[in-house]
Amino acid sequence: MSGAILEVENVTQRFGKFVALNRVSVAFQPGKLTAIIGPNGAGKSTFFNVVSGAFAPTQGRIRFQGRDITGLAQHEFARIGIAKSFQITNVFKQLSAHENVRVAAQMRESRFELLRPRAGMKALMAKADTLLERVGLAALRDKTAADLAHGQQRALEIAMALASEPVLLLMDEPTAGMSPEETGVMMQLITELAAERTVVLVEHKMKLVMGLCERLIVLHHGEFLAEGTPEEIRNNADVRRVYLGQE
Amino acid sequence: MTTDLLNRVVRHRVAAVLAFLLLFPLVMPYEALAINILIFGLYAVGFNLLFGYTGMLSFGHAAFLGVGSYLCGIAIVSGGWPWWAAVFAGVAASALVGLVMGFLAIRTRGIYFSMVTLALAQIVYYGFYKAERWTGGENGLRGIRVETIDLLGWKLDFLNPITKYYVILVFVAAALWFVSRVLNSPFGAVIEAIRENEKRAAACGFDVARAKLLVFVLSAAVCGLAGALRALHLSIVPIDSLHYLQSGQAVMMCLLGGMGTFFGPFVGAGVFLYLEDVATAFTTHWMAAVGVIFMVFVLFFPQGVWGSILFWLNRRAAPRALQ
Repeated sequence: MSGAILEVENVTQRFGKFVALNRVSVAFQPGKLTAIIGPNGAGKSTFFNVVSGAFAPTQGRIRFQGRDITGLAQHEFARIGIAKSFQITNVFKQLSAHENVRVAAQMRESRFELLRPRAGMKALMAKADTLLERVGLAALRDKTAADLAHGQQRALEIAMALASEPVLLLMDEPTAGMSPEETGVMMQLITELAAERTVVLVEHKMKLVMGLCERLIVLHHGEFLAEGTPEEIRNNADVRRVYLGQE
Repeated sequence: MTTDLLNRVVRHRVAAVLAFLLLFPLVMPYEALAINILIFGLYAVGFNLLFGYTGMLSFGHAAFLGVGSYLCGIAIVSGGWPWWAAVFAGVAASALVGLVMGFLAIRTRGIYFSMVTLALAQIVYYGFYKAERWTGGENGLRGIRVETIDLLGWKLDFLNPITKYYVILVFVAAALWFVSRVLNSPFGAVIEAIRENEKRAAACGFDVARAKLLVFVLSAAVCGLAGALRALHLSIVPIDSLHYLQSGQAVMMCLLGGMGTFFGPFVGAGVFLYLEDVATAFTTHWMAAVGVIFMVFVLFFPQGVWGSILFWLNRRAAPRALQ
């Protein structure tokens, strides 16, 4: 598994007696757009939380660009280049769209300066504007995040994740709750983003990921089930059983 | 036009506040009340840094007001320090107590944070109450005599209330300028982000625990300065300075004036103390009157006096700005 950008080795996550992940090992190749799929309760979100630093795994190791990052604090993840967009929209509600992105972008420039006026940080302002433009929110820059429509909040979410200049972008169900049109726009955006960096999605809409991703990883009951191209996954007997058995 | 003016005032908020405070003693019935409002205004502003801007409700801020007062007083009474050095001693001691209390309290959130700060502040209260030799215990610390202030050979009569007001204003102005700078800094954006969504702030790459500790210490230092100035003003330090009711007052002043606004807490302190002053002339149960007014504000004007005024001005100004 050399050359992988992110390696997950034998990761187990327990919550009390419940085993959410059971000795999962996978590796993600740089530059690839990968999706993690699986039926509800497969452990997708737990897996995502572990690799994005929300909590440290009960057992196992995580390596990013060859470096062991198991148990690193949440804020360190953004600094080393792993950003996550959240499944449940998770923005700074009372701040404007522009402020949301600016705060996220500020991490690279300044974290603990007390006396420098931030209004003078022109590069940061411009960067936030560029990112808002990128996700199609330029016209809404001064709107309070809480007043944005659901789809717009999701777009803001992604602009914030991008603001930290991630090498690895993790997206937790980026199209959750979106209308078909919004979903189309989002898929387009994901394709563009994936051209520039490694992107990993969690998604339960099979059709969506089949057309979008280069690699798929299937989890089932907290265990690794299969990995391969969409074609391979489609023809995988285990995967068919799991999904057909459910539907 | 109105928006223009409003924006300009907001941009130069420290200057606007100072212009107001320079004239403030003229509109107050007597100077001592003006000085009190100045000091408690600063106390509430310091508290608001933590409560209004970072979203952490401390019930223990009396510790910082009290420690600032006591250490300033002890430095003068027992140490024979010059008054200005004593003020710095008060601020430094408060910041240090803030560092210890903050270090312990920021591990908890919400109501637990409030309870831990309350408990720690009670420990400070008890400690000062028992250290009678230094603090005068139940009787408070007496004999903080500062009669003249020597300013490069220019002697100011500190017993003259109007002189006292302006000397104290110099410190308050410096502190307000500092707080405003912090709020406008990149760090100011971080604490607001923490208030809005702590998890997301961490995911954005900010060390939430460190930021919380820093803002806790800053808040303690500002409240400590208010305490030190109060010791000079009263020339005694009552043990009540450390009482939890004093912590509650900071919360009331902030809510009354408008939490999360720069000047709101100051307005809150002014309203609170003015009401106290007026109501005590009629009844010893003045707290009941203040309580009723407080309830009316919390229920019907949750943005507080200043917050409501700002809201109203903004709404009036907004349609014109569109034209």
